Amino acid sequence: MEKHLKVSAIKDGTVLDHIPSDQLFKVIDILNLSNCINQITFGTNLDSKLLGKKAIIKIADRFFLDDEINKIALIAPQAKINIIHDFQVVEKRELSVPSEIKGIVKCMNPVCITNHQPVDTLFSTIYENNELKLLCHYCEKITDRQNLKIISKG
Amino acid sequence: MSKNLISIQDFSKDEILEILKMAAEFEENTCQPIFKDKVIASIFFEPSTRTRLSFETAANRLGARVIGFTDSINTSVAKGETLKDTIKMISNYADLIVMRHPLEGSARYASEISKVPVINAGDGANQHPTQTLLDLYSVYKTQGTLENLSISVVGDLKYGRTVHSLLQAMSHFNPVFLLTSPAELALPREYKEYLINKGIRFMETTNLTDVIPNSDIIYMTRVQRERFTDPIEYERVKNIYSLNASMIKGSKPNMKILHPLPRVNEIAIDVDESSHAYYFEQAHNGIYVRMAIITKLLKSL
Ligand SMILES: [Zn+2]
Repeated sequence: MEKHLKVSAIKDGTVLDHIPSDQLFKVIDILNLSNCINQITFGTNLDSKLLGKKAIIKIADRFFLDDEINKIALIAPQAKINIIHDFQVVEKRELSVPSEIKGIVKCMNPVCITNHQPVDTLFSTIYENNELKLLCHYCEKITDRQNLKIISKG
Repeated sequence: MSKNLISIQDFSKDEILEILKMAAEFEENTCQPIFKDKVIASIFFEPSTRTRLSFETAANRLGARVIGFTDSINTSVAKGETLKDTIKMISNYADLIVMRHPLEGSARYASEISKVPVINAGDGANQHPTQTLLDLYSVYKTQGTLENLSISVVGDLKYGRTVHSLLQAMSHFNPVFLLTSPAELALPREYKEYLINKGIRFMETTNLTDVIPNSDIIYMTRVQRERFTDPIEYERVKNIYSLNASMIKGSKPNMKILHPLPRVNEIAIDVDESSHAYYFEQAHNGIYVRMAIITKLLKSL
């Protein structure tokens, strides 16, 4: 129980656990948390057996739709979603990668139309050699995880 | 939603065959002014005289009026108008849009904005599906079939978009591909995986003379200097992937040589007089194929 004390508990809301520390700010971007008015607490560089260093985000009184939360599967596939009511975990959700990604990610092809005109990116998710990749609906080129850049909503 | 031609993958095997059949009918009877009441916009955001003239000839032979521009220098685009606004405006005027644009994916995007069908006349290095259909028509005309042919593709298999689209389109017809290129311009892994998944037989070689006797079609492409990091390497390979009359002596009688043009030194002038040379007719076939594509899309409205 000791590790839980490092980030204060919430009464109701959502806890995102097991986020790789280096992906924390991308998760914040994807979920647009910088524009969220709820009480949010972050912890990062916490010890994790699974990830080495992990981050955790607790958002009071906020519950996500599956479509919303699944977007973070791109960068934090092992993240665990805990739904809290009255200080108790009432539901644990696993992430699943959506078949389509709209917006959020930049196409890595510099001559793709989406990098030159105000066009929302759109990708389908594909697996090659067990690796998640994004196929651009427009230029038909692949963006892999190493080159995945999040479009910041600032 | 209107039917478009953006990527060769948008057309099924049956639709490809339908286009080729219609193209043959237009070749039989080139004067069919069936679209006198139609306006076709030919909008070229970068110049490509060859492709544009072929499309505009096809449109004129069908009796349609053509509007548009040949490059974006003197248009509202040069003043910073977005592609979205340009397409919205033009799709109010025209019944069909033929578009060439330097950015990849621009044609797909335009088709999502346009109220009328869009034909992709080249979106950067991505797709040029009418070229692929005229290649298929040329294969069909010279071989009498598209099925079970041995097709050598020669030269730049890494960057050549016409090659990638040809491989995808021919994969409907149980071909054997003989992939002939210098090692640094070999077919990318994703396309090889595509062929494997489709159960298409292919072999890779660096030796052009080996594949000539077995080929029904030899599809030549340009090996461009700028593709090489080492200029000496370019000098070494540029003539290896070049055909001359003596090399094709032992080829099959039905063998035809195709090339998307313009050629530089991939095919020696002495091949032009050979019965195997087909690249000029191939370019000419583009008009009938484009008449067929325009007709199919305008009739689907
Ligand atoms: Zn793209």
